[in-house]
Amino acid sequence: MAKRIAYFIAGVIVWVLLSWTLHYQEVLAGVAVSAIAAGMFGGNLPLKASKLLNPVRWFWLLVFIPVFIWQCLKANIDVAMRVLSPGLNLKPGIVKIKTNLKSDIARVFLANSITMTPGTLTVEIKDDNLYIHWIEVRSEDPEECARMIKGPFEFFLARIFD
Amino acid sequence: MISALALLSLWLGVIFVLLGALGLARFPDIYNRMQAATKCVTLGVCGIMLGVFLKTGFSALGIKALICALFILITVPVSSHALARGSLIAGVKLWKGTIKDKFTEDRGGKSIIEEEK
Repeated sequence: MAKRIAYFIAGVIVWVLLSWTLHYQEVLAGVAVSAIAAGMFGGNLPLKASKLLNPVRWFWLLVFIPVFIWQCLKANIDVAMRVLSPGLNLKPGIVKIKTNLKSDIARVFLANSITMTPGTLTVEIKDDNLYIHWIEVRSEDPEECARMIKGPFEFFLARIFD
Repeated sequence: MISALALLSLWLGVIFVLLGALGLARFPDIYNRMQAATKCVTLGVCGIMLGVFLKTGFSALGIKALICALFILITVPVSSHALARGSLIAGVKLWKGTIKDKFTEDRGGKSIIEEEK
């Protein structure tokens, strides 16, 4: 039930932001649609509702956002340089790294964050292992690979989602 | 001032989208292309959306642009992951310059690196 309520509140917030008006007809329509959606899909929310109310997690999320944006910008400049360099400068390969994150949602966000960082693309997740396509394989050692690819993300995601 | 920032953001976005398209054409195999397509195009589109937001301010259009940017940021990595995983499982070959293929090794298949030798 708590999951459904959380889903409902998020739905209403997105609806109001998208319609950007507080006219009662718009809001009523949003409440109705959110209630139906929450009734149908709210149970599938992959988060415990108690986690949503923990302010420490929200604090870590706020810290995580600038770190993520910085990594994302670095990724773009890196790829842009490769695209523009005449010889393309590629040494691609697929490496395997291990993650310590437990919950599914944390792993999803780790995989997404890795995809957005320089030269790495998650291609498969199997058990605790992530297979990463790396545009320039800089190390053969699994430990060092994991350290270079995961960077600061695992630290934050463990505090936000696990 | 805000207007200049909006224009800068729009232009940066357009340039990154252009670079992404260039990467899509220049890189050798699907996995490398996916890298260019995800990173440059995400930042490019987010830049354009941010430019629209700065231009219009807190209006219906600006907020919609911001929410679009957020959804793109969340969904693009997922879809690129799905495409890359699908092509890997369907057996799309890696580029011949690839220096390591842990996935095929673990599955017991013959990787492109061994074939080259």
